[in-house]
Amino acid sequence: MRLSDLKPGEEAVISGFTDELKYLQLMEMGCIPGEKVRLLSRAPFGDPISIQIGTYKLSIRKSEARNILVDMQSEDRRSLQQV
Amino acid sequence: MNTHAAGPKKIALVGNPNSGKTSLFNALTHLRQKVGNYPGVTVDIKKGTTQIGSQKIEIIDLPGTYSIYPKSDDERIVSEVLLDPTHPSHPDAVIVVIDATNLKRNLLFCSQIIDIGLPVMAVLTMADMLEKRGIRIDPAKLSDQLGIPVLLVNARRQKGIDKLKHYLKKDLDTPRKEIYSDIPLPPALLEAGRKLYPGAGNYFIWLEILRAKESRRSRDSRIKALKQLLREEEVNIEVIQGKETLERYKKIEEIIMESVDDSLRKSVQISDRLDDVFTHRVWGPLILLAILFLVFQAVFYLAEFPMRWVEDGTAWVSSVFSSYLPAGWFKNLLVEGVIAGLGGIVVFIPQIAILFGFLSILEDTGYMARISYITDRIMRGVGLSGKSVIPMISGMACAIPAIMATRSIENWRNRLVTILITPFMTCSARLPVYALLISVGVPSGTLLGFINLQGLVLLSMYLLGIGMSMAVAYAMRFLMPADGKSLFVMEMPLYRAPRWRNVFITMYERSKVFVTEAGKVILVISIVLWFLASFGPADLGMSREEAATEQMTPARYKSYKLEHSFAGYLGKAIEPVIRPIGFDWRMGIAVITSFAAREVFAGTMATIYSVEGEGDEFHSVREAMLHDVDDRGRKVYSLATVLSLLVFYAFAMQCMSTLAVVRRETKSWKWPAIQFAYMTLIAYSASFIVYQLFR
Repeated sequence: MRLSDLKPGEEAVISGFTDELKYLQLMEMGCIPGEKVRLLSRAPFGDPISIQIGTYKLSIRKSEARNILVDMQSEDRRSLQQV
Repeated sequence: MNTHAAGPKKIALVGNPNSGKTSLFNALTHLRQKVGNYPGVTVDIKKGTTQIGSQKIEIIDLPGTYSIYPKSDDERIVSEVLLDPTHPSHPDAVIVVIDATNLKRNLLFCSQIIDIGLPVMAVLTMADMLEKRGIRIDPAKLSDQLGIPVLLVNARRQKGIDKLKHYLKKDLDTPRKEIYSDIPLPPALLEAGRKLYPGAGNYFIWLEILRAKESRRSRDSRIKALKQLLREEEVNIEVIQGKETLERYKKIEEIIMESVDDSLRKSVQISDRLDDVFTHRVWGPLILLAILFLVFQAVFYLAEFPMRWVEDGTAWVSSVFSSYLPAGWFKNLLVEGVIAGLGGIVVFIPQIAILFGFLSILEDTGYMARISYITDRIMRGVGLSGKSVIPMISGMACAIPAIMATRSIENWRNRLVTILITPFMTCSARLPVYALLISVGVPSGTLLGFINLQGLVLLSMYLLGIGMSMAVAYAMRFLMPADGKSLFVMEMPLYRAPRWRNVFITMYERSKVFVTEAGKVILVISIVLWFLASFGPADLGMSREEAATEQMTPARYKSYKLEHSFAGYLGKAIEPVIRPIGFDWRMGIAVITSFAAREVFAGTMATIYSVEGEGDEFHSVREAMLHDVDDRGRKVYSLATVLSLLVFYAFAMQCMSTLAVVRRETKSWKWPAIQFAYMTLIAYSASFIVYQLFR
C-alpha cells in the first residue's frame, strides 16, 4: 500500500520506498521506515496532501507520496508523539 | 585550530530550516550584518559580527538544510564552505542549531556535521515548547552522547545568549567521538583517502570522495587524485548514503533514549484547528485571496506616501542644487543625472521594505508554507510550484521586490523561471502609461450599456500580463525542463506569533542589499540615459540665447533640445524598425527614455509636445496627443497605434531597475540579457500583430 492511498485521518507505518532517486531526501526530511505517518488532509485543490510524521507536518505531492510504501497493520511499534 | 592567521575568528551557523537559526543569528549580530557575495554563487551567505569583550567574532549564517549532501544550491554551499579550507567563508568552528521539538531529524544533520571533524557545538532551541508537552531533554547527557558541548538557548527571550558568547570566546574543541564512521567503501579507496588526508575521519574522506565525484574541474590536487581513483573503483553513492542515513537514525534513537525524559509526556495532538480553517477547501482559498489582496494593497498604496516624500525630497534637493550651482553641464549632470538617479533608487525602498515586512510576517507565522500548499496544484500546470505565487502577486505592485522575493524558492530552475516571467505582471509603473494611452485611444463609451470600455481595456491589460507569464512558464517546461530529481516536500511549521526583531531586520537588510548592489547599476544607467537625452552628436541645435531671440518658449526649447539629442536621433534612427508596429519617431524617443522606468513615458510625451506648465500635465499631454495628426491628416494615436503601444508596454522589459535586480539575483549579466532580448521580441511581435489587425 502507498502513502497516497491513505484517507484523511488514517495512520500507517512507513515500510519502504519505490523511488531510487528521491528516497534519500525523503529520509533526510524524517520519512524513515518504521516511523508512523498520518494523512492529515488534502489541499483545497486535491493535491498536495499534508502528513504528520513524529511531531511535524509535511506537505507532499501525491506523485511523491506514491513512492512511499506504508503498512496499515503494524501500528504497534511507535507512537506519534515521539520526539 | 585557527587556520586563518589574519582576521577575526569565524563561526558558522548551520541547521535545519525553521530551526531558529536566523533568530539566533539576529540575536548575536543585531544589525551588524552584510551579505557575502561570491562569483557564480546564487545563494547568499549572510555574515555578521558579534563583540565579546574585546574580541570581535564573525558569524556566518549558512542556508538551512536537512543534510550535508549537496542536492540543492543551498546544500552545495553548506558542504563547500565546511569542507573546503580555502573557501573564504570556511569557519574556525561550527554551531549546529537543533530544534528540540524535531530532535530526531535535526540530529541527523547534526551527526553529519560532527563527523566532519571541525570544532563544533550544538545549540538547542525551542526546548520550552517541548517541556510544555512534558518532555525534557537533559543537555548534559545529550552533550555526553554527542561528544560536543550542548547549550539551551531561547533567542526570543535572549536566554542563553551570554553563555553562548562565553563558549565562542574560548576555542571550541573537535568532537570527542564519531557518531557513524563505518562507511562501506572499497578498502583501496579508503586507504588512499587516509593517505591523502592524514588524521581525518572516515566520514570526512567519504565527503571528499563525493566532492571529487561532483566536481568537474578542481585545482585541489587531492580532489584530482580521488577523481583518478574513482575511475577505477565502483562506488554506488545512493546505496551508501541510504545505508548511512538508516544507521545514523538508529544511533540517534539510542542517543535520544539516553538523554530525553518523556515519562511525563502528555498526549498532545499537534494542533490542526488553525489549519482546519486556513487550508479548508472553501475557506482556505478565500482567506488566501484576502491576505494576498491585503499585501498587494499595502505595497501598492501604503508605499505611495513615502514614495511621494522621496520624490518631493529629490525635487527639493534638485532645486537647491540648481539655484546654488553655476549653470553648465556639471550642474546638469549633478541635478538631472546623479540626483535624479539616486532618487530613482531610493524611491523603491518603501515598496521593498513594506513587501518584505509582510513576507517576513507571513514566513514567521508559518502561513507562507500554507500559501504554497494551497496554490501548488494551480502552479504545477505550468511547471512551477506554489512557491512562485508570492513573487508573482508581488510583481503586480513592483517587479523589483518581487524578484528579490524569489529567493525563497530553493529549486534553482523554478526560481529562474519565476524571475523570467515576473516582469510580465502589471506593475504600478505601467499604470500611468496605460491611463494616458487608454484615455487617448479608447473611446469612453460603454459595452452592453454597463461595462465601461476603458475599464475593460485596463482589466484586459492585467489579464494579458498574467496570461503571458503563464504561457512563458509553460513554454519553459520544454526549453528548460525540470531535472526530475527535485522533491517538492515542504515542512509546514507550527503557527506562531511573528518575531518583530526578525521582521525589522529583514526589511532593513533587503533594502540595503537593493541600494548597495542593484543601486550602482541603476545609477550608471540613469546617467547614461541622461547623457543621451541631453547631448547631441554635433551642436546642430541652438543655444538658449538663440532660442530666446527666435521667441521660443522654454517648453518649446526643451522639446527642441530633446529632438536634437542622441536619444532624439536614436528615436528617429529606429523609426524604420518601429514603423511596422505603428510607432513614429516621437514614440521611439519615449521608448528609449522610458527604459529608465515605464512611467517616464508620460513625461517624455509632455516634453515632446512642449506641454506648458506643471499643473495639469496629464490633460495637456492627452489633448496634444489626441489632436496630433500626420502629414496626411490622419490621427497619429489611432486605435491601432494605441493598442500596439499598450501591448508593447505590457510585454517589453522597459525597466532598467528590474534588469539590475535580476543581475543581482542571478549573479551574472547572462539572464538579464536573455530576459531583455526575449521580452522585447515578444513585445515587438505582439505589437506587430495587434497593429496589423486593427489598422
